[in-house]
Amino acid sequence: MDKGKAIMGSGRRWAVDFSDNSLTPYSRDIPDPPGFSRASQEQDDSTVSKQKKDAEANWKAQKAWEVAQAPFKNLLMMGFMMWMAGNTVHLFSIGITFSALWQPLSALQGVGKVFEPYKDNKVDLLAPKLVFIALNLGAMVLGVWKLNTLGLLPTHASDWVSSLPPAQEVEYSGGGIAFH
Amino acid sequence: MATMLRVFLLLLSLLSITAPAFSLYEDQVGLADWHQKYIGKVKDAVFHTQKTGRKRVVVSTEENVIASLDLRHGEIFWRHVLGPNDAIDGIDIAMSKYVITLSSEGSILRAWNLPDGQMVWESFLQGPYSSKSSLLVPASLRVDKDNVILAFGKGCIHAISAIHGDTLWKKDLEADSFEIQYMIQASDSDVIHLVGFVGSSEFDSYTFDAKSGELLKHDSAAIPGGYSGQAALVSSNTLVVMDSAGSTVTTISFHDGKVTFNQTPVSTLIEDFVGKAIILASKLEGLFSVKTGTLTLFVRATVEGKLEVVNKVDYATAVSDLLAISEDRQAFAFVHSRSNDIDLTVKLGADWNHDLLKESVKMDQERGSVKKVFINNYIRTDRSHGFRALIVMEDHSLLLVQQGAIVWSREDALASVIDVKTSELPVEKKGVSVAKVEETLFEWLQGHVLKLKGTLMLASPDDMAAIQALRLKASGKSKMTRDHNGFRKLLIVLTKAGKIFALHTGDGRIIWSRLLNSLRQSATCEAPTGLNLFPWHVPHHHALDENPSVLVVSRCGPSDDALGLLSFVDTYTGKELSSASLDHSVVQVIPLPFMDSTEQRLHLLIDASGQAHLYPKTSYALSIFRSELSNVYWYSVEVETGIIKGYALKEKASDNYSFDTRSIWSIVFPSESEKIIKSSTRKSNEVVHTQAKVIADQDAMFKYISKNLLFVATVAPKASGDMGSSTPEESWLIVYLIDTITGRILQRMTHHGAQGPVEAVVSENWVIYHYFNLRAHRYEMSVIEIYDQSRADNKDVWKLILGKHNLTSPVSSYSRPEVMTRSQSYFFTHSVKSIAVTSTAKGITSKQLLIGTVGDQVLALDKRFLDPRRSVNPTQAEKEEGIIPLTDSLPIIPQSYVTHALKVEGLRGIETVPAKLESTTLIFAYGVDLFFTRFAPSRTYDSLTEDFSYALLLLTIVALVAAIFITWILSEKKELRDKWR
Repeated sequence: MDKGKAIMGSGRRWAVDFSDNSLTPYSRDIPDPPGFSRASQEQDDSTVSKQKKDAEANWKAQKAWEVAQAPFKNLLMMGFMMWMAGNTVHLFSIGITFSALWQPLSALQGVGKVFEPYKDNKVDLLAPKLVFIALNLGAMVLGVWKLNTLGLLPTHASDWVSSLPPAQEVEYSGGGIAFH
Repeated sequence: MATMLRVFLLLLSLLSITAPAFSLYEDQVGLADWHQKYIGKVKDAVFHTQKTGRKRVVVSTEENVIASLDLRHGEIFWRHVLGPNDAIDGIDIAMSKYVITLSSEGSILRAWNLPDGQMVWESFLQGPYSSKSSLLVPASLRVDKDNVILAFGKGCIHAISAIHGDTLWKKDLEADSFEIQYMIQASDSDVIHLVGFVGSSEFDSYTFDAKSGELLKHDSAAIPGGYSGQAALVSSNTLVVMDSAGSTVTTISFHDGKVTFNQTPVSTLIEDFVGKAIILASKLEGLFSVKTGTLTLFVRATVEGKLEVVNKVDYATAVSDLLAISEDRQAFAFVHSRSNDIDLTVKLGADWNHDLLKESVKMDQERGSVKKVFINNYIRTDRSHGFRALIVMEDHSLLLVQQGAIVWSREDALASVIDVKTSELPVEKKGVSVAKVEETLFEWLQGHVLKLKGTLMLASPDDMAAIQALRLKASGKSKMTRDHNGFRKLLIVLTKAGKIFALHTGDGRIIWSRLLNSLRQSATCEAPTGLNLFPWHVPHHHALDENPSVLVVSRCGPSDDALGLLSFVDTYTGKELSSASLDHSVVQVIPLPFMDSTEQRLHLLIDASGQAHLYPKTSYALSIFRSELSNVYWYSVEVETGIIKGYALKEKASDNYSFDTRSIWSIVFPSESEKIIKSSTRKSNEVVHTQAKVIADQDAMFKYISKNLLFVATVAPKASGDMGSSTPEESWLIVYLIDTITGRILQRMTHHGAQGPVEAVVSENWVIYHYFNLRAHRYEMSVIEIYDQSRADNKDVWKLILGKHNLTSPVSSYSRPEVMTRSQSYFFTHSVKSIAVTSTAKGITSKQLLIGTVGDQVLALDKRFLDPRRSVNPTQAEKEEGIIPLTDSLPIIPQSYVTHALKVEGLRGIETVPAKLESTTLIFAYGVDLFFTRFAPSRTYDSLTEDFSYALLLLTIVALVAAIFITWILSEKKELRDKWR
């Protein structure tokens, strides 16, 4: 699993590095070919790696945005499911509503983890994170709204008065028809 | 919480749709219910003659029951309850095969088949006057091969054929105030004498030919000294009567057309005579008995009219009629009781000095004095005469005494229940063994294995029988301790006999019974009658080890101003803790919602002059009451004058514990158009869970819940009579809802063309009443629900969440809340004897009405059928809420009879008591019979059913665990194999 993660971590499936960055010729068995200047290569080696890093950062940022926008599709699907479930309380509609509430919640909990692979000091993750959070919150609002339409939220006066005990009476009276 | 409740309710309603009724399975009968049959205080008894061969006795009782009892065990062979208006005046056996009864003041004569009690024929006897009645079944009188029964009633004498009940002849005596005393057949002739009195001074004798109905003779003479209403027949032509002063005995002989009088002062019979003497009615040969104070004299009357005292007995004595034991010998018995003994003496009619039988019988408990005795003889194996005596005691119990022992006894006081209260049983204490009812582990296991077999359908018929027996025995349902569910309680029952019983709710057995001394006849109190029971001392919390007690309120005599009596009875032991004769009358008792320091409930007794008296008379109680004095009111409903009055209390200077009352309001019904026929209030101990009713679309309505709500029904005076006595145009029913603090009429509603009788029940914020609709010729039930409009605008959710509302703050009736009522009427098939409503511990469970039907059964009817919001086409939301589409009549579902196949004969009342389990209510229905059951109005949603198989559950769990282990092992093995591959 660790290996997989490392590969996945660089964002590629596999890579072969053709550039030889070693500076010590004696470390090799084979001498440098004639006309080959090791110094010049050293020079543009840094520019190449810089370019590479830029590309990777771009790629990461792009991916982060993709991840951030992923809940939107979810949101649409959820909306469709909710519409299908109808407005009466039964097992199906309650299940869908609770999953609609639970998914964004768990996603929000793991917001750091989701964006961890794209962490880079060059990449600005704040905006995608915010979008991600906003979309998830949107999904949650949708869930809550569904909960309300199902009548499972205590938003009506009836929900608060239904368990109120009767008021006490100040006066007390008794009597009736006399014994006979 | 509320929303979850909605989900829950919805599931519940779904459940209730799938399983409609609250019916029982056949094998569940008797698990939670019991039924007891009684007959009431015996008035008259006739033994089967030797010829019929069966050992039975036929009795008629004051509860208008005619029954045939087994002489060996006292069981009822057959029984008929004739109804409250059909009092039995005479009973006899004709032709050794029919029981003849004369009832309803001599207007109905019936013949019942002796062995099985089937009615053979019934005759209605008509006559111009109402008078006393008398029945004579002559043994040897025949007209055209037909036995004749002579019945006197309504001023006429009728001769009825015993075979088919046809009238052979009828004669009007044309004397409207003739009160018959005796109907006598002159020895073996066809001549019938009727003797009686007109007013209190004239003696009349009529002589008839029994075959033709011809009036042979009519003699009339004024009695010197007047007539007090008591007479005894000494021979077929001699009658002794007591004069109106109770001091002179007059002997009247009336043979051969001559009426002669002979007067003897009682003082010549007994030396130091004071007060009034009473002649005990009996038919003895040449003898009669006179009661003076505690003495009973046996006096012999000679043909010449001379009187001589034969014997004196120091006790109150009951004397039987004469019984022919052989061709020429006749015997009679007299019985008296001394504390726990009964002395029975049987003598030959002619010979005083010779005792045929003299024995003393021990009773196991106090039963008061002997009221009546009936004797019967049998031939012993040695050809001598044996006697058995049927004895009616002061506590209405019936005993059969034979060979010096009580063969059986029946507690027939329980046929005349006045009031019922419940009491908790003692708490189960640690270390106290109740091993007798407890079963061993082995038995428990055995029982469960049996049950398991039953569930898995492996049981043989024998096993099934064993299971049923086990269930009926139901371990611990008759234990004498409190149970967790609150099913086991004591029913404290006050009866007309003045006897208090404690019945166990588990199996209905009598835990204790007590004939209250204060409710017995005494010199200071002529005719004490029990009125009501009140829970007096109900210990809870820290004082659980104390015994609870009840207050018995009674008074001396039937009038309003008779002095009151209080007695306090321990409900665990039945001991009379104390009793008090009050110096004032009692017309009303108001239990107050306050307790004193010893947890005794405060009671206010109102006397006939309108004064209030506080009990218990302790200074602590007084200080509590004084602080609440300005908030305590009372009201009286005066049926005769048609006035409802409300009173407040004020302190009286002279007496600390008495309070003056001052009238603060009154409602006067115009006597020419309205007459009060029913008033009803909420039960004071009813618990209501919530003040709001949530209706469709999450809207809420606020119930008007007040304990001070009085329902009154009035009818047009013309329509207050029997059914059919008035036309629909001149009859109406008006119902009122009245606040008893301010006298404010909350609602008034008129039903045109309706009449009583009205039965009503008030609960929470609704009233349901039952009446007859003359236009539709059907019974109707109406419901009125009251809602509090002044609370209706409490709709702001934020205020409710933050608690910034005044919905739970105390309210006063003087704030005059605006109310809104809704009502609806439905047809109902039955006429109704009584209506009650289920009550549960917290008031959450939905309600069902308990209707005592005319067939003496108890029918449960869901309150949802009586909901004013029912409409023909309810909306989806309303349907979801559980509103039933409107129909014009209420359904009667045969499975919802609470009494299933049983009848509570002569049903008079239904009492409901909450169990500790919220879903369950205990129902006790009483009349001539008693019936008790447990009832769950919304099914037992909070507990497993009794026949839940724990063994099956255990077995399932064990099987599952085993399965988990086995599959785990298998999967391990497979994995290993895969890895080696």
